[in-house]
Amino acid sequence: MLNAQAIVSGQQFWHLPRNASLHGRSLDQHLLLNLWIALALLTLAHFILLVGLAVRRRAHRPIHKLTLEYLPLAALTVLFAFLAIRAQRLWAAQRYTGADLAAMQVEVTGMQFAWYFRYPGKDATFGQTKLALADAPAGNPLGIDPKDSYGTDDIVSSQLVLPANREVDLTLRAQDVIHGFAVPEMRLKQNAVPGQTAHIHFTPTTPGTYAILCTQLCGLGHYRMQATMLVLPPEKFAAWLATREAQAGAR
Amino acid sequence: MRVMHHRAVGLGYIAISVVAVLLGTVLSLLMRLHLSWPAWKLPLHGLILPEEYLALVTMHGTIMLFFVLTVAPQSGFGNLILPAQIGSRKMAFPRLNAASMYLTAVALAVLVAAFFVPQGAPISGWTAYPPLSASPLAGPGQGDGMDVWLAAIVMFAVASTASGINTLTTIVKLRAEGMTWERLPLTVWGWFTAALLSVLAFSVLMAAIVMLLCDRHLHTGFFLPAQDLINGVMLGHTGDSSPLLWLHLFWFFGHPEVYIAILPGMGLTSMVLANFARRKVFAYRLMIATTLLIGFLGILVWGHHMFVAGLNPFAGSAFAISTMAIALPASAKVLSWLATVWRSRPQLTTPMLFALGFVSLFVAGGLTGPILAQPILDEYLHNTFFVVAHFHLIMAMAGIFGLCCATYYWFPLIFRRQLSEPLGKVHFGLTIFGAYSTFLPMHLTGLAGEPRQYAQLNGIAGPGTALLQTTTPLQLHITFSALFLACAQLPFLYNVLRTALLPPTAVENPWNATTMEWAPNALEETSPEPLMAYRGPCQYSDDAATFIAQWQPDEASTPHLE
Repeated sequence: MLNAQAIVSGQQFWHLPRNASLHGRSLDQHLLLNLWIALALLTLAHFILLVGLAVRRRAHRPIHKLTLEYLPLAALTVLFAFLAIRAQRLWAAQRYTGADLAAMQVEVTGMQFAWYFRYPGKDATFGQTKLALADAPAGNPLGIDPKDSYGTDDIVSSQLVLPANREVDLTLRAQDVIHGFAVPEMRLKQNAVPGQTAHIHFTPTTPGTYAILCTQLCGLGHYRMQATMLVLPPEKFAAWLATREAQAGAR
Repeated sequence: MRVMHHRAVGLGYIAISVVAVLLGTVLSLLMRLHLSWPAWKLPLHGLILPEEYLALVTMHGTIMLFFVLTVAPQSGFGNLILPAQIGSRKMAFPRLNAASMYLTAVALAVLVAAFFVPQGAPISGWTAYPPLSASPLAGPGQGDGMDVWLAAIVMFAVASTASGINTLTTIVKLRAEGMTWERLPLTVWGWFTAALLSVLAFSVLMAAIVMLLCDRHLHTGFFLPAQDLINGVMLGHTGDSSPLLWLHLFWFFGHPEVYIAILPGMGLTSMVLANFARRKVFAYRLMIATTLLIGFLGILVWGHHMFVAGLNPFAGSAFAISTMAIALPASAKVLSWLATVWRSRPQLTTPMLFALGFVSLFVAGGLTGPILAQPILDEYLHNTFFVVAHFHLIMAMAGIFGLCCATYYWFPLIFRRQLSEPLGKVHFGLTIFGAYSTFLPMHLTGLAGEPRQYAQLNGIAGPGTALLQTTTPLQLHITFSALFLACAQLPFLYNVLRTALLPPTAVENPWNATTMEWAPNALEETSPEPLMAYRGPCQYSDDAATFIAQWQPDEASTPHLE
C-alpha cells in the first residue's frame, strides 16, 4: 500500500533506501522534487501528443511560433534554472568548503577488491605510507612505514566504524585502479583515484549498519568489493576506539 | 575496376549492423539471465563467471554503441539515402567510402575475436578506464583481449573519420542545383552535424588510444601515477600523470559519440512526422539551429561524466550549466514534434508509429538528463541503474526506433517492395511495450542503489546484499521484459523475409513524400537528367489533399493524394 509519508520520503514509490546522513535529507527532497517534475512533464508531453493525434484535423494553424515554441521554452528555461540553482547550492554546501577542523579523520583506501579504513590513533596524525611496503598477507595492506613514529599507533580496520552526529572527513585513496566509494544510505559517492587523494565530508545521523559499495568498475571482483559502515552512538564508539587504540599501543 | 556504388556500401554497413545487433542482443540477454539466475549454466559453456559477465558488459556496450547505433544510422542510411536526398548521384569519395565500410567490417571481426584470445575479452567496460585498462595484471581479458579491443576501436575510428569527411564533403559540394542549405531535409542536417562530431571526436579517441597503447607496451605513463601497485606488482613505467586524463579525453569523444548515434534519428523523426501529418515541420529554421546547437553543446558537456571522479568541484558546477543548457535545444525539438502533429490527424502508418515512438522514448529518456546533470544528484545516481535506464531509453531505444522508422519508411524506395503494414504495427506495439517494461523499472532499481556492472547482486556477506536484494522482484521483471523485447523483433524478421520473397510491386512514392530521394529518377545511376530542387520539403496543402515535392518544377504538376 502506498501511503503519503512513504511517497514524501520516496521510499515506497521511488524505492529510495532510508537516509542516515545530515545532508541526505535536503538531497532527497531535491531529488524527489526532480523526479516528480520529470514524471509530470512526461505525462504532460504524452497527453499533448495523444490528444493532438486524437482530435480532428485543423487545416491551418494561425497560432504564432512564439506561443508554441518560445513561451514553453522560456518556461522550461526558468524551471531548469530553478532546479540547477537549487542543486548548485546543495553542491556548494557540500563540496566548496572542506570539513570542519574538528571533524573526525579517517583514511579510506581501495584496492582490488577490498576497502581499508585507517584512523590516526592517539597522536591524531597519520603515519607515512609507502606503496612499495604494502603487503596484505604480512598485515600491512596500506604500506605504513614502520620507520615513521606517527604510524605506529595508526589503526587499520576493514569496517568503517563512526560515531553518530559527528562530522567525518574521509581521505580517499586507491592503490591500483580507480574505485568508487559509495554509501547509498549516506547519499555519498566519490571515486578513489590512484596517485591522488580526494576528500569528502559528511555527518552520519542514525546509528546502524550500512553498505559500502564500489561503484567504479575495478575488475573481476568489482561486485564483491563491499564493506560495512557501522555507525555507533558516541559512547559506544568511544569504547570501540579505546579498545582499538589499546591494541595498537600493545603492538 | 568499377567502384562500389554507395547504396551497396550502405547495404554493407546495414549488414554489419544486423550481425552486430543480433550479437549484442544475445550478450545482453545472457547478462540478464545470469543476474536473475546466477547458477544458470550456459549450454556448451557452463557457469558465467564474474569476469565473463564483465566481458559481456564490455562487448555488449562496444558492439551496440559503435557497430549498431553509430554504423546503421550514420553510415548505413547515410549512404543509402543521403546522396539522393540532396539530389546527388554519388558520394564525394567513392573509393574511400567502400574502404571505410570494409574497414568497419574488419573492425567488427577483430572485436569479436577478443572473445577467443587467451583469457577472453576485456572486462573494463566500453569506457576502458586506466589503470584497469593499462595493465594485464589488472584482470583477465586485460592482456591480449584489451589489445585486440583497442585495435578494433582504432580501426573503427579511422573508418568513421574517413566516413565523416566523406559525408561532409558530399553535403557541401554535391548538393543539386536549387538545394540550398535552408531546403535541406532535417535528416541531412542530422547527418551533417553527426559527421562534424565524428571527425572531431574520433580523432581525439584515436590519440587517446595510441597513448594508452604506449602505456601498455612502451612503459610510458600518460595515464598512470608515478607509483601504481596492481596485484602485488609495482608497474614499471616512467612519468607521473593521472588516470583522469583518460577520462577527459575519452568523454571528450564519448559524449559527442552518443549524439552521433541519435542526431540522424532526430532529423528523420521531424521529417516523417511532417510527411504523415501532411504539414511543414514546425519552426523549420529553429530545428536546423537546434541540431547544430546540440552538436556544439555536445562537445562542451563531457565533464558531467566526471562529477564524482575527482575533479575540482567548481568544474562540476561549470559542466552542470553546459549540460543543463543542452536540455533547451532538445526541448525545442520535442515542442516542434508535438506542434507538427497537433491536430493533424496523421496517417498512422508503421514508420509514423515508430517516429511517434521515438518522440515518446526521447521524452522519457531525456527528462532524466537534467536530473543527472545536477552534480549533487549525480552523487547519488552516478553509476547506478538509473543511468543505465536513462541512456538505454534516450540513446539505445530511441536510436532503435529511429532505425525501425527508417527501415519501414525507405524499404519501398530501396527494394521496390512494401513491408506488411499489419505486421509492422504488431512489431511496433510489442516493441514499445517491451522497451518501457524493460527500461522504466531500471530507474527504480537504480534509485534503490543498484550499481552498474555488478556480476552478482546477492550472496555477498554484509549489508550490501540486504540493500540490493530489495530489487530482486524488479530484476526478474526486467529479465522477462528483456526476453519479451527480443522476441518482439520476430514479427519484424518474418516481415522482412516474407517481403523479400515477394515480387517487386513498384509503387512510386507510396508515402506521398516530398523529399528528393523519392523523385522518380533519383536512384538512377546514369540518368542524363540532373536532379533539381525547386523548394523546401513538406509542401502540403492546408486541406492535406495535395502536395508539391522538392523535385517538381511548378504547381501544374501537383499530384493529388490518393
